Amino acid sequence: MCHAVNLLYLKISIMAQTVLHTAASRGGADHGWLKSYHTFSFSSYFNPERIQFGALRVLNDDSVDGGMGFGEHPHDNMEIISLPLEGALQHKDSMGNIATIEPGEIQAMSAGTGIYHTEYNKDKSKPVKFLQIWVFPNKRNVDPRYDQKKIDLPEQPNQLVQILSPDQDDAGIWIHQDAWFNLGKLEENTAVDYSIHKKGNGAYIFVLEGKVTVNGQALDSRDGYGIWDTENFTIQANTNAEFLIMDVPMEF
Amino acid sequence: MAKKTEILVIGTNEKIRETVLRLLNTNSMWQAMGVGTVEEAVAKCMETTYEVLLIGAGLTDELETLLITEIKAIQPSIHIIPHYGGGSGLLFAEIYLALGINNEA
Repeated sequence: MCHAVNLLYLKISIMAQTVLHTAASRGGADHGWLKSYHTFSFSSYFNPERIQFGALRVLNDDSVDGGMGFGEHPHDNMEIISLPLEGALQHKDSMGNIATIEPGEIQAMSAGTGIYHTEYNKDKSKPVKFLQIWVFPNKRNVDPRYDQKKIDLPEQPNQLVQILSPDQDDAGIWIHQDAWFNLGKLEENTAVDYSIHKKGNGAYIFVLEGKVTVNGQALDSRDGYGIWDTENFTIQANTNAEFLIMDVPMEF
Repeated sequence: MAKKTEILVIGTNEKIRETVLRLLNTNSMWQAMGVGTVEEAVAKCMETTYEVLLIGAGLTDELETLLITEIKAIQPSIHIIPHYGGGSGLLFAEIYLALGINNEA
């Protein structure tokens, strides 16, 4: 009896914990020129059940009309990652960086002690669509920094490509947090295994396009799914699919 | 007339601090004041009872620790929270959570 109870506890303790955020359940903001879907509480959207997934605090799915954008505004103490999906985004900041990012590139800013910047759609006629992702830093008040990198897409399909890590010498861009981001592009009826990088981390999967199943949970385009208290999981593509895996500390 | 929620903001970057104050004061039920040093924060807390102290960017770890110790000694019930992001993105949620407000959406 005691042995059976112990086994039951063991089974429960090693079971992954999960959270599902369907696309339709996200918060929304329509400012005319800006349409944004917020997975987590942001600006005027507040839902105490949707604050963060570990160190992942913001996941905004933004579309900015042609020629429009965000005027000068400040940031501090946050790792801010932009991932363009369509169009081109122009960036200008108080450190003197002027840059354009397009699909196939990733941008990161460590806001640290403070930074001002603008972000505009470079194209006058077509919208720019991008993800803006904020990760809590592992240290406050770092020196502000800007970085932008081209993503090295794999030659073979059905592989993950790392686009962010905490290590300056590792693949992709780096940030001040023990976080790893991977992009996946799978063909229908293929699957890929993912191993969590660090004990205590969890993974948040955001489906960019198509349908996938993770840990038995079916996901559609723009659904988000967090999984933690596990070491690995499998993503199965039910259609051709693209997704982003954000592997972040659950406590920090 | 209901009493406004008093919020004290500390941060060394004056421009960002002014932005945060402007954003907080758009809520008619909040009254936010800003300071740039621990000494100024202590002086403000001797004059006014604040419900929230928001710690913005720019203080060293040692100064943040000193700030928390000194302010808690003056106002034990104050909610002291670090601010992240530098603008409107997380600001309102930080205050709602500190005040235990659950339905501002």
